Amino acid sequence: MTHIERSALRRRSFIVGASATGLAFGYVAANGIKDALAASSFGPTSWYSIAPDGTVTVMVGKAEMGQHVSSAMCQIVAEELEADWNKMKIALPENDPKYNDPVLGALITGGSWSVRMNFETMSRAGAAGRITLIEAGAGLLGVPAAECRASNSQVIHSKSGRKVSYAKIVADGKASKVWTADELKAIKLKTPDQYRLVGQSVPQLDIPSKIDGTAKFGIDASVPGMLYGKPVMPPVRYGAKVTKVDDSAAKKVKGFVQAVTLDDKTATTSGWVVVVATTYEGAKKAADALNVTYDKGPYATVSDQTLIDEARKLQADAGAGQLFVSQGDPAQAIGAAAKTFEAEYLTSINIHAPLEPMNALAYEQGGVWHIHTGNQFATRTGGIAAGALGVDPKNVVLHQYFMGGGFGRRLDADMVVPAVLASKAVGKPVKLIYAREDDMAMDFTRPLTVQKVKAGVDADGRLVGLQHDVVCAWPTARWGIPGFLTPSVDKKGPLDSFTVNGADFWYSVPNHKVRAILNELAQHATPSGQLRSVAPGWTFWAVEGMIDELAHAAGKDPVDYRLAMLDGAGANAGGAKKLANALRTAAGRAGWGSATLPKNSGIGIACVSSQERATATWTACAANVEVNPANGEFTVKKLTLAMDLGTVVNPDGVKAQIEGSALWGMSLALFEKAPLKDGALQVSNFGDYTPLRMSEMPDLDISIIANNDPPSGCGEPGVTVVAPAIANAIFNACGARVRSLPITAASVREALKAKG
Amino acid sequence: MLTLTVNGQAKQVDVDKDTPLLWVIREHLQMTGTKFGCGAGLCGACTVHLDGVAVRSCQTAAADAVGKKVTTIEGLAPAGQPHPLQVAWAAEQVPQCGYCQSGQIMQAASLLSKNNDPTKAEIVAHMDGNLCRCMTYGRIQRAIVRAAADMRAKSGS
Repeated sequence: MTHIERSALRRRSFIVGASATGLAFGYVAANGIKDALAASSFGPTSWYSIAPDGTVTVMVGKAEMGQHVSSAMCQIVAEELEADWNKMKIALPENDPKYNDPVLGALITGGSWSVRMNFETMSRAGAAGRITLIEAGAGLLGVPAAECRASNSQVIHSKSGRKVSYAKIVADGKASKVWTADELKAIKLKTPDQYRLVGQSVPQLDIPSKIDGTAKFGIDASVPGMLYGKPVMPPVRYGAKVTKVDDSAAKKVKGFVQAVTLDDKTATTSGWVVVVATTYEGAKKAADALNVTYDKGPYATVSDQTLIDEARKLQADAGAGQLFVSQGDPAQAIGAAAKTFEAEYLTSINIHAPLEPMNALAYEQGGVWHIHTGNQFATRTGGIAAGALGVDPKNVVLHQYFMGGGFGRRLDADMVVPAVLASKAVGKPVKLIYAREDDMAMDFTRPLTVQKVKAGVDADGRLVGLQHDVVCAWPTARWGIPGFLTPSVDKKGPLDSFTVNGADFWYSVPNHKVRAILNELAQHATPSGQLRSVAPGWTFWAVEGMIDELAHAAGKDPVDYRLAMLDGAGANAGGAKKLANALRTAAGRAGWGSATLPKNSGIGIACVSSQERATATWTACAANVEVNPANGEFTVKKLTLAMDLGTVVNPDGVKAQIEGSALWGMSLALFEKAPLKDGALQVSNFGDYTPLRMSEMPDLDISIIANNDPPSGCGEPGVTVVAPAIANAIFNACGARVRSLPITAASVREALKAKG
Repeated sequence: MLTLTVNGQAKQVDVDKDTPLLWVIREHLQMTGTKFGCGAGLCGACTVHLDGVAVRSCQTAAADAVGKKVTTIEGLAPAGQPHPLQVAWAAEQVPQCGYCQSGQIMQAASLLSKNNDPTKAEIVAHMDGNLCRCMTYGRIQRAIVRAAADMRAKSGS
């Protein structure tokens, strides 16, 4: 886990006090107390507030993109606050540093980090509020605070049963307290047996507005007098320059205003033009009529094969890359091994394709730039907008919205660049909307990855040495934020651990090296991004494939083979045993070893510690697959998943995330590929980029292991475990070993042929 | 100038005849519950009803909606009396990001208006054109089954 900046909670105090709209509760930096108290209203600093009608509004600094994290944050606050769930409300703050993640020090949502990293902070905020309200409520009841408790948004005098509601206490306006950091820390939080909301599947607060059409997404924003922008994208993903714009035909379109060629000083985009018109349909027509000439730049001949060739060349160079893991001497161990194995694992370029295309509404007002859009990384995105405009970042306000899918796509900032530059050029508000084709062609992709795995086993088939090289573009390095990089073990400079996380697995292997190698060509030609689950989405494809190969080669049961290596020795204490339990659960529920399967059917298993070693969620999957050996066609009949994530805030919400992420994993494994040719992604719309649909859905069996350990994340691990489980099932069904994603009938046929 | 009947109300809009109904609804009329997903009839996020039949509003010219009843998610049910599908969608906690769900509900509503006891195969066949990138398909299926049962119970059939 890497942190941009540790804005240590221990240095912060917590304030409860009257504000213009009720009672406000918020963390402030120690030196901010005086200012906060002096201000007539410190609503803007509040993390949550209670209105005189008792409504509790929680400012959620986390991006809500369907993971119901906003509701989970409310649930955590409400637990300790003893608030009535029906009175809770979500608010999404602007890009103000005061709402930064307490651990990450920025407004960023990703990594399945949110609940894990915010649970304690939000719990203490709730608890401090409750204690303050009890003191004030006791005053109103004329009884000692020690004789009172709080429940369901009321302070209750235990002996007499007399009550006063939070609403009444707020209306009274006398509740006020400054908590020092030490006092906050001294609050005794509830133990799991005392939870009444955490662990309950209370209705998600963001759902009602998503059923009646009232939920507001970035694309729904509007301001009076706004114009519309439609980008015109260059014929390559990156590196093009506009040499000529002929707008003679576009000018004839009703409502055409201007074609703006972007001069993007942040280099987020290259060769983009925005057509501005009075309507979106007009902007689209004019964009279609615009005639742009390009210099296609240096990457116009790059294809998937070019990137693979480059990766293989780099991997063959012993001096390339940096070490992420270095334990023992795998070269020596493999050299002395009874048997050695070597395999290359590939994954294709994939795109996010959230259903809400990228968009942003931008305008300048009184020297401040306002941008309305849904974004996962408001801290950086505000900075990119400022950079593109050449203004101070403090003069850029990002207004946050629900996201019509994020999946990592909205960690990026490209959508704000054309919006602000077009608005600046025409001097009016511009709402910019990518067509689906624009959105797909300019995705910040999951990078193409080439992984080489070498393994050596002893006479009993036990793994004694493993060398794992991962070659790809480095999505996180592209951000240019040093704090998100990780020092290399061999001291060869920082590496992007978001390309190798997961390769530092929990199996006990005495000699183990993991090398991260940057594919510079890919880095420039296909700017990559963080796609749901990031590195564990490809590292476990290689690891769980190779482990399965080794088990079969040794004539051992693949579950037993894994369990033997999950011995919890040394640094693997604790976690390995949890992973072993998740593996046993999934395998057992799927009928591993006990079910009678039809001919050409197989169950395959995989287990993962996604996302990062420090933030692992213990996840296992058993896939049940039927293959037609005549043509390689196969059907995934059932996915059985088990996940241990410690404390579960909302079990149904967790289940929903596991359902969605498992199907994402299957979709990536089978149906999604964005080929690169002539420097361009060969995808245009949902006709050629084809995520899983309802008719393709397998049966799902999901087990959640909740054991009251600190909570971990659930949005991504399910993505990572499914592809290797399916490949391992195909092997068990017909003996075909596939090592390239996505898996197709053709690749199964080829593998069957290779097997002979 | 075209006159459209949207959710029972006559609306005058100054748009070209070939303007997709989607943009008329979303931007000219500022009814944003109907969503833009693909602009090519491939995802179903823009689904509305024309005379009670589900259509892709991104593929429907505004002029072709003249003289017909356009129903959007905002007009699916009277205020305060949610459609059985909306009740079922809440009970099954269907939406994740929520962006496709207006289209899913409108698509499902046109199925249940003709068939209040669909088989699983009928549900899949009717809903397969509606993409859910969060992949809430299992819950969508369950919610449709639940709503259908609710509608049958209410109609006594």
